[in-house]
Parts: sequence; C-alpha cells; structure tokens
Amino acid sequence: MNRRASTFAVHAILAAYTLLALFPIFLILINSVKSRTAIFGSPLSLPGPDTFSLVGYQKVFSDSQVPLYFFNSVLVTVVTIALVLIIGAMAAWALTEYGFKGATLLKLYLSIGIMVPIRLGSVAILKLIVGMGLVNTWTGLILVYTAQGLPLSVFILSEFVGQIPKDLKEAGRAEGVSEYQIFVYVILPLLRPAMATVAVFSMIPVWNDLWFPLLLAPGNGAQTITLGIQQFIGEYVTDWNAVLAALSVAIIPVLVLYVVFSRQLIRGLTAGAVK
Amino acid sequence: MASVTINNVRKSYGKTEVVHGVSLDIKDGAFVVLLGPSGCGKSTLLRVIAGLEPITSGDISIGGTVVNTLHPKDRNIAMVFQNYALYAHMTVYDNMAFSMQLKKLPKDEIKKKVDWAASILNLTPYLDRQPKQLSGGQRQRVAMGRAIVRDPAVFLFDEPLSNLDAKLRVQMRTEIKELHHKLSTTVVYVTHDQIEAMTMADTIVVLRDGVIEQVGKPLEIYDHPANLFVAEFIGSPSMNILSGEVASENGVPVVQSNGIALPLPMSAKVAAGQKVKFGVRPEHLRPTLGGAGFPAKVSVVEPTGPEIHIYADVGTQEICAITQERLELAPGADIRLVPELSRIHLFDPASGQIIGT
Repeated sequence: MNRRASTFAVHAILAAYTLLALFPIFLILINSVKSRTAIFGSPLSLPGPDTFSLVGYQKVFSDSQVPLYFFNSVLVTVVTIALVLIIGAMAAWALTEYGFKGATLLKLYLSIGIMVPIRLGSVAILKLIVGMGLVNTWTGLILVYTAQGLPLSVFILSEFVGQIPKDLKEAGRAEGVSEYQIFVYVILPLLRPAMATVAVFSMIPVWNDLWFPLLLAPGNGAQTITLGIQQFIGEYVTDWNAVLAALSVAIIPVLVLYVVFSRQLIRGLTAGAVK
Repeated sequence: MASVTINNVRKSYGKTEVVHGVSLDIKDGAFVVLLGPSGCGKSTLLRVIAGLEPITSGDISIGGTVVNTLHPKDRNIAMVFQNYALYAHMTVYDNMAFSMQLKKLPKDEIKKKVDWAASILNLTPYLDRQPKQLSGGQRQRVAMGRAIVRDPAVFLFDEPLSNLDAKLRVQMRTEIKELHHKLSTTVVYVTHDQIEAMTMADTIVVLRDGVIEQVGKPLEIYDHPANLFVAEFIGSPSMNILSGEVASENGVPVVQSNGIALPLPMSAKVAAGQKVKFGVRPEHLRPTLGGAGFPAKVSVVEPTGPEIHIYADVGTQEICAITQERLELAPGADIRLVPELSRIHLFDPASGQIIGT
C-alpha cells in the first residue's frame, strides 16, 4: 500500500513536470494554426472554425530560403553528432584503455570543457574562424559544435568504456584481433547505448543554438533554421504566425533524431558476455 | 603446436615484484597446470605468456621464437577466460568465427571450421543463439570453441571452470582432457583447484609468491613433495605435520613430538637431536583400537561414504586419519594410529625442504 502510494506520488510529480515542460510547445503548436488576431486576442484558447488559419505555414513554405535553412541545420547537427561520437569514443577508449603518462591529466583537462561554457571564448573563436576563412560555412559551425560536444562525450563514454569487462578486450587480443578491430567490432557495439545518450545530450544544444550561427554564419546561405526564423522577427513588426509555424516545423527533425537514438538506449547489452 | 620456454622471467607492478625469476620448459603437446593459492602469480605468468602483460625481464619463447615484445595477436595463442568473455552482441557462430572473419578467410572455410568445433563441443544446436541464452557450461564451451577454431600453437586457460557448479565442473574437466587428447595442442592451464590440477595435468607446476616450488607429474608431486609448502598445499585433508626432535629408542630412530614417539625408517638420513617436521598423509595413518602405534583421542568423526575421516588429538595437536574400515568410533574414544613407514616425509624446519628417508 505504502509502496503504491509512493509510486503514485512519483508518477504524479513526473506527470506534472511533463505538463509544465510540454506546455510552451503546446502553446506554440495551437497558436501556429491560428489567425493573427486570435493569437493576440486569446493566446490560450484552442483554434476554432473562426480562428483557424494556416497563413503562418503558407508564409514559411513559400519562403524559398526556409528549406535551405532546414537543410543547413540538419546537416550541421548530424555531422556534429557523428564527429562527437566517433572522436569522443576514440578518445575515451584511448584515455581509459591505455594508461599512458598524463592520461588522467588529459581527462581532467577535457572535463574543464564541461564546466566552462564554450561561449566564453566567442571572441577568440570568431577571430579563429575569420582567420581560417570559415565564416559563413558549415565547416566553421561543425568544428565549433564538435568542440562544444566533445568534453561531455569523452567524459560519459570513458565511464562506459571503463565498465566494459577487461576480459572482453583481452579475449580479442588473445584471438589475434588488432587494437583497431577490437575498438570497431567489440567496443563500439557495446558502447551503443552510451553513444545514444551522448547523441541525445549533444544534439539539442546544437539544434537550438542561435549564438554561433549569428556570429559565425549569419549569411551567404549557411544560416541555420534558428537564424532563419529570426527573419520573421522584425524590429517593429513581428510576424508571429510565421515564427510559430517555423518553430513548430523545426521541432520535427530533432524529434525524429531523438526517436532514432532513444531506440538504441537498450540496457543490458553486455548480458551474457561475462558471468 | 609448439613448446613454450620461460627463462628467468620477472614481472613487477611498479615496485612490487610478483613473479621472481621463473624458469619453465613446457614441451610440445604437454598439458601443464600452474597451481597455487591466490596471489601466487600463476595468472600473471599466464598473462605474460599470452602477452597481455609485458614482462619486466627474462625471455619467453613459443615454438622456439622469442615473443617478449610481440603483441598477443602475433603470438598464435588462444586464451579461455574464467568469465568466458564472449562477445554479447554476436551469435555463437559469430563468436567463434569472429577472428577468422576479420582475417577475411573464405566463408566456406570458416563455416567448416566452426561446424567442426561445434560438433566436438556439442554446440551445433546453439550456433544461432546469443550468449545470454546459454547456460554457464555452454558459454564456456563457446569460449573454448572460439579458441580451437584458430588452431593455435598454445592454449591458455585461466581458471576456466571456476564459475561453473560442481557437477558441471567435473564434466567439463573430462571434456577439456578429451579435447586435449584429440587436438594434442600444448595447454597451459591455471587453477587454484588441486583436484583439477591432479586430474588433468601431465605436469603440475606448484607456485607460491611468484616462485616455483615444485614441478612434476601429479602423483610425483603428491607422493614426493619437495618441501613443506607443497606437502601441505596438495592433498585434502592436508598432510599431518608434527614438529619434533630425532631420538633413538632401542636402536630405532624415532621423532619425539607432543609426548609421543613417531617411528622412522632405518634409512632416514637424520641424526639424533636434529629438529625435524614429520609429515604423514591422513590415508597413511592406520587407526586401530589397540596394539601398535601411538595413542590419540578422537575428537571428530566424518564419514564421507567411501572412507571415514577421523580427527584426533595427539597432545595439543589435531591430526587426521583416513580409513576405509567401518570403525565404530565416538568422540572421546581412545585409539592408536599406525603410520605407514614407507610413506612418511621428513622436512627441515628451517628451510622447509625435504630430508631423504
């Protein structure tokens, strides 16, 4: 009885939090299909026959630039995640498996990156990117985001690499498998759940980021969707229909990516490997 | 197939040396068991043969080639681990085929080898399963299958049966021995279980604290232990050891210990007044109800079925005797114990080494 009560309490709290977290998204979704007057008149009411309007979506999709911004965002996010995962896993494997001199120091150094926000270095990064001629390119953004995601990735993956039974790696070694092959065929498959976690963690900030696109890629067709939405927000007039519609559409890709990764979050992948 | 030669190998972790200059010759096709208590360096020795740990000094050769600095993958060895170490994300077939697939051997050759290994190990019905769907014994067989498909120069077993239950252990013991007869590949096998060692080995190497105490055939080690450590370590219940001093009684050499006189064979190379440790295995102490032998007071009687273990006090020391006779004994009873003269061992108390008898 007591146990049931506490289970109920936990679920109630979680449900309340979920409602709280989803409410802004819900607001965006319902208002994105309302007419302009209805958005301002009664922002909390659901769209009715009188107030229903797809004008926002029409504007967004008639804007020839929006698909490009979408493509930019998806490309930057996906390539960043790929790099963060591959480089992060390799670094985690090297730092954890080969206890070379200074490995602990290097790990600590990397974890500073988790504590210090990368935006503190914006000026230096901007100078660097300008110096390399990477302004208004995907490459510039991807490099910065990879740097932003790597510390956490290395940190989390190191923990998981450390948990992989030592015997598994040694079994591979004793079997005549090279270190690279052990990493690719033994370690990486076992790291899948951890890599999914890292992917989810590093994907959202990259997708949502406005700061670096604004600084490093504000024009020349390299803008991301967050920047693209800004064009509907004017100094004097903001086209809320378009903004809300664009935001609603912008949720979809990140939702798809999340579903893809969360399916990998299977526990007990090493069950049966060792007793 | 290959011989393994270990020449004055030392291994240190930091400043702590755990293997102190071990030398050992393992003949081609031999089944050698490294036996010793926990922390004696037996696993470390196996791991340096495998190349999983670098050696600090000395030489290791496999098949006549010095392999000191070779990566494990280049040593042509196969290792079976205590906790199986199967690739959990692969099927049984892929687990066994893994190394060959990476070497890009032709598919039909891989299949032939895996099928052959599976049939030897009775794994054919399980080839499509995942390790987690197998029992402990089956998992260990998969681990062995993974080793034998590669046809290595040396098999290295690191306590492969420790995680199995008692019944399965006995069964797997026989299977590993049969496997060795079929393949006649050199085997180095690490265990702390003396029964495993006795039953499987051609040669047992007894280790303590990183030093080899004795090398010999199982029965040789049992019947003629080189020192006190081996004498006490091998055998269960372990050998009775009584401290005493050599004396002469009516012209017959005896050991005075705990107020009794233990008879010695005339051939014993000891002098009167010499301090010795007198060792006799429980099965070489014959309990009788009267007559010859020295007196003892029964404290515990343990019938095991084939035999009866009798624990009795001699002075302040408890000793054990084993008999197949159905003696009706109660705790507190007075008995006499007759040591078998030809089967006693004398050790030097200072060095622990055997003294000839």
